[in-house]
Amino acid sequence: MDMRDAAGRWDALGSRDSSSRHAAMELIHQEVMKRIETMGPIPDPQSSSPPAMDDSLSSDLNALLAHVLMLSKRCPYEDIRKKCTCLLQKVQDVGVRIPRPVGNGPSRFIPEKEILQVSKLDKRIQSIFEDAFAVLGRLDNISLVMGFHPQYLENFLKTQHYLLQMDGPLSLHCRHYIGIMAAARHQCTYLVNLHVNDFLQVGGDPKWLNGLEEAPQKLQALGELNKILAHRPWLLTKEHIERLLKAEEHSWSLAELIHVVVLLTLYHSLASFTFGCGINPDIHTDGGHTFRPPSLSGYCACDIANGNGALEEMFGNQQVSELSGEVEVLMEKMKQLQECHDEEEASQEEMATRFEREKTESMLVVTSEDEECVPSRDVSRHFEDPSYGYKDFYRRGEHVPTLRVQDYSWEDHGFSLVNRLYPDFGQLLDEKFQIAYNLTYNTMATHQGVDTSMLRRAIWNYIHCMFGIRYDDYDYGEINQLLDRGFKVYIKTMVRTPEKITKRMYDSFWRQFKHSEKVHVNLLLMEARMQAELLYALRAITRYMT
Amino acid sequence: MEKLTRVSTISGRTMFCHLDAPANAISVCRDATQVVVAGRNIFKIYGLEEDGFVERLNLRVGRKPSLNFSCADVMWHQMEENLLATAATNGAVVTWNLARPCRNKQEQLFTEHKRTVNKVCFHPTEVNMLLSGSQDGFMKCFDLRKKESVSTFSGQSESVRDVQFSIKDYFTFAASFENGNVQLWDIRRPDRYERMFTAHTGPVFCCDWHPEDRGWLATGGRDKMVKVWDMSTSRVKEIYCVQTIASVARVKWRPERRYHLATCSMMVDHNIYVWDVRRPFIPFATFEEHKDVTTGIVWRHQHDPYFLLSGSKDSTLYQHMFKDASRPVDRANPEGLCFGLFGDLAFAAKESLMSAPPSVGDVGRKTYPGGDRRYPIFFFKKPDVTEQFEQVSSALSVFESEAGSSVGMDWFINTAQSYLLSGKPFGELCEHNAQVAKRLNRPQESTTWTMLRIMFSEPANPSLSSNHNLNKSGNLPLVNSFSMKEMSAALSERNKENRQDNLHSLETNLNNNDENEETEGSEGQAEYLFGDAELDDDDLYSMEHDNQAAEEPEYLLPQEAFPLRHEIIDHPSAPEPVQERPESPHVSGSETESTCLTSTESFSLISVSQLLFSPHLPPKFFCPIVKEMLCYYAEQGDVQMAVSVLIVLGDRIRKEIDELTQEHWYMSYIDLLQRFELWNVSNEVIKLSTCGAIMCLNQTSTTLHINCSNCKRPMSNKGWICDRCHQCASVCAVCHHVVKGLFVWCQGCSHGGHLEHVMEWLKHSKHCPAGCGHLCEYT
Repeated sequence: MDMRDAAGRWDALGSRDSSSRHAAMELIHQEVMKRIETMGPIPDPQSSSPPAMDDSLSSDLNALLAHVLMLSKRCPYEDIRKKCTCLLQKVQDVGVRIPRPVGNGPSRFIPEKEILQVSKLDKRIQSIFEDAFAVLGRLDNISLVMGFHPQYLENFLKTQHYLLQMDGPLSLHCRHYIGIMAAARHQCTYLVNLHVNDFLQVGGDPKWLNGLEEAPQKLQALGELNKILAHRPWLLTKEHIERLLKAEEHSWSLAELIHVVVLLTLYHSLASFTFGCGINPDIHTDGGHTFRPPSLSGYCACDIANGNGALEEMFGNQQVSELSGEVEVLMEKMKQLQECHDEEEASQEEMATRFEREKTESMLVVTSEDEECVPSRDVSRHFEDPSYGYKDFYRRGEHVPTLRVQDYSWEDHGFSLVNRLYPDFGQLLDEKFQIAYNLTYNTMATHQGVDTSMLRRAIWNYIHCMFGIRYDDYDYGEINQLLDRGFKVYIKTMVRTPEKITKRMYDSFWRQFKHSEKVHVNLLLMEARMQAELLYALRAITRYMT
Repeated sequence: MEKLTRVSTISGRTMFCHLDAPANAISVCRDATQVVVAGRNIFKIYGLEEDGFVERLNLRVGRKPSLNFSCADVMWHQMEENLLATAATNGAVVTWNLARPCRNKQEQLFTEHKRTVNKVCFHPTEVNMLLSGSQDGFMKCFDLRKKESVSTFSGQSESVRDVQFSIKDYFTFAASFENGNVQLWDIRRPDRYERMFTAHTGPVFCCDWHPEDRGWLATGGRDKMVKVWDMSTSRVKEIYCVQTIASVARVKWRPERRYHLATCSMMVDHNIYVWDVRRPFIPFATFEEHKDVTTGIVWRHQHDPYFLLSGSKDSTLYQHMFKDASRPVDRANPEGLCFGLFGDLAFAAKESLMSAPPSVGDVGRKTYPGGDRRYPIFFFKKPDVTEQFEQVSSALSVFESEAGSSVGMDWFINTAQSYLLSGKPFGELCEHNAQVAKRLNRPQESTTWTMLRIMFSEPANPSLSSNHNLNKSGNLPLVNSFSMKEMSAALSERNKENRQDNLHSLETNLNNNDENEETEGSEGQAEYLFGDAELDDDDLYSMEHDNQAAEEPEYLLPQEAFPLRHEIIDHPSAPEPVQERPESPHVSGSETESTCLTSTESFSLISVSQLLFSPHLPPKFFCPIVKEMLCYYAEQGDVQMAVSVLIVLGDRIRKEIDELTQEHWYMSYIDLLQRFELWNVSNEVIKLSTCGAIMCLNQTSTTLHINCSNCKRPMSNKGWICDRCHQCASVCAVCHHVVKGLFVWCQGCSHGGHLEHVMEWLKHSKHCPAGCGHLCEYT
């Protein structure tokens, strides 16, 4: 029974028909029990290492158990959750060591109790989760965290599904591989792991995973594009595009290229989101569970490494009480801006300088107080030239050219191009951007009925500003008024070097805001970044075409 | 009158000049002598001279030009020739007065919009009224004598993309929005729009009022469509729709040409198209000069349809002469071919081309007017003098696969199921099959069978055949001639069914690619006439009706079907009697083959019936003919007939046809049968076939792998007990005994049991007898 086989069985669990779920669960039950039986004598629980001869068998079993564990926690169907828990209990009773989840819930930053519990969902989320589960056979932590914003989540899953599984110019395993490449650019272990599994499941060649140089030349050619898009999209020229499209037998077609570009930008920004929300590894993947018995302290190593100590928590709480009123100040500022907008009119030169100031300021080095995190899988091998990043670039003091959104905007230009080459997808992306941009509950922390459009626009435009995208009709002075330094640092880190985000950064901005609102900010960041990268890529393609 | 003389003084040629920067919009002054070009980094006025553009004025002054100069749109006042308005990307609306003595011509600056202003529009008759539409969702009306806006209109949605004053209605203006809506406003009522409708999916980038038709508004959107709306009725109605190949950035009605409008696109496509809205499938004219997207188009003079000005992102300003435009119609391919969902084939071509080969259909129609009336349907479109399209009349032929609306292969299934291939004497088999074919309205096949019987069966021998048989042979001539007639009639009918006769012969002015849509679409346009006088609705109806009954399967092309009839008519001579063998007397009934025979080879019908008992023809004599006939059928795609005949004739013919061909036929036929899930028939054919390769088809994959119902492991041993879990597999779910013999099980839940038990059980209950809750189906 190999993995492929197993996949078929797990799939049946996603059925909405309870009896077929039941049947599939039965099968899994039998399978687990049989494995345990064939493992022979149950290893002495006291002995520290299992007999060497069983290595492959036991790792098989462990993978199985990890999956069951994941199901017991994350499956949207209650019956399956219960059965899985029972099964694990039974396995433990037999004397086999069972895994337990590492970390606290889907996110390192957000306490588990804040995040939606799979067991208590309202109807809408339940059905979204069921859909996702039926399609993917899992409910990843990203979806759980996004569950704060069901409207967006629904669209996000639809887009992802369309991009990865539906008809498209690229073959399935290529899509996952490109996702891996993009995520690896930011050393996003979480996404890499997730897609390595998917990649293998759709029949990808495991050899490719050893590094980009093992992949076909066609894919290797994307390395450059990936690198530029991730870090300096404004440098993308039509020559880059031409090189990809005219490479003899290794050349890409335009439709494929659009697909590639969308995948790359999506996964770059998704990596931002993953780090920005401190997504934990999924339970069934490496690092998401452990077979070690719980340690005394109750915190595992990675929690401590990320400063998720109890002390920190207390400290944070204290600060919050000190800084109460932050929200009110912000709201006051927004009100002022709204009112005085008409009275005091800055000169055009002033406006231009304001934009330039924000742009250069956003280039400044982010204080690197953070410790390097060590990726468990060697992700860097999926891309070339790991040294290429923001760091060396802003040290050189490079100037970012300005792209005026009036000259190349998503609504007018990008959409048409995408829709032309990758039919229907433009529509999906358009909806996604719009939902992200317009999402609001008219609340700010504890205040109700607030018009947050100004704040959202400031965030969106600030991110675009970091990419040199300028809105003629926006006063960039507003950004300075509305976004404080801590928040800016967070945004900058998230967009530039998401791998350096720490819990401290996450905690230190907008202390009084709810976690759901911080996730909302992360969504905005992610979409704005994606759109910015996409704009540059599409502009290059347009230039190539004309 | 004065206007006209004015127009006539304008002359010129296709010309262009380089701008320093990409243009965003252009506008022309009323007397068509000057054009203003505005863009992010350009704001200039050019004079239009006989032989080129001359730069008159640069409005971009000052050392560090402000964003107010960064124009998204510009408009020249049509009443006041010194007055211009621009929309700036930073949200400012600026007016310029060329009469100002100083270098800076800026007159007024309105900074009321918070976002980019997409469009400005002067009132066509009111000097001081200016309208603007902005990204912030507001439209503002300015009185140029005042410092601020007079009224603000809120679209209640984001992003106004275009605003246009109605040319005929003083108070009305239209606004188009990014969410796909178009709103109509009364300038006096800022509180609420008069009308709103959804025009496009996605943003509506532009709109334009018809210069003459009061209620017509053209809109263009990101969904690549240009639509013309009629607002004069109580409900807004879409009257024309043009599908372009890229999102539509600008649309402008052509002066003096009621149905023409010009469009340019925002992305990818750089050409400017002029469409006749009644011919939405092919542009009337195309200007292909620009190298990057065209951003602004304007007709040079509001009463002159021959000059078009355009600005582009490629930093050029063009004047296009209409006579230099390329006409895609001329290059369009006037033939079209398309397969329909049910295997219908439509072919359209210029009428001249269609009538060139001997038009069999016409002949058929004349000969058999009764049956033929329905197919030639002519649609005539009254030529419209205002249309300037080349008159192309083309014919559309539809070759329908018959057998009505269903799959179109019913005849195949029916035939396959009803034919008898073995188990009876040869004569009876032939007779039966002939009946079957006749019943299914396939006279040619029916006759073939009859002829085969005559050719190959035993001589009519009283001792051998019954009275009945004798009767039959007595009847033969009659039958024969009858079926002949029938057949020719049927053939001609088929002709008509195949619609050799050009069916819908449309006199249209476009190339016929579009014909189809043309006929269905467009309520707004005219007048189709049934050209065929005889044709009325009833006929049309009955024709559909007949159609269902008729089952002629293949598309017989006229040339093939037709000669047949001729042959039948002038069969020249009787066959020459050849020596006879005792087993095989017979008549030569070769009409079947006549399809492929030349007339000299074929036998006259009459002589056949007369020769009926001239018993000197050995069956061998017919073999070449039969062989040819089989090949003919196979070639026609009716491999069913070929194989059936092959099987029924058996040894009589087998040696004549080489093994490989036979095998090929068998394989094709079996494949077809299996496609139609006629497993039994296919099996029978396999069994009856004499080819080694076919016979052995039955011998493969005869193994059935089963898993134990308890432990889900494959059952490897032969017995009834699974060697792993040591339980009896395949226990009957009803009686709980082991099933030895026919075991039937549900593919859904894999429970089952004795065939009779399960049948019994499922008569009473829908659920699985094992109690698993599955709703089993037994069919």
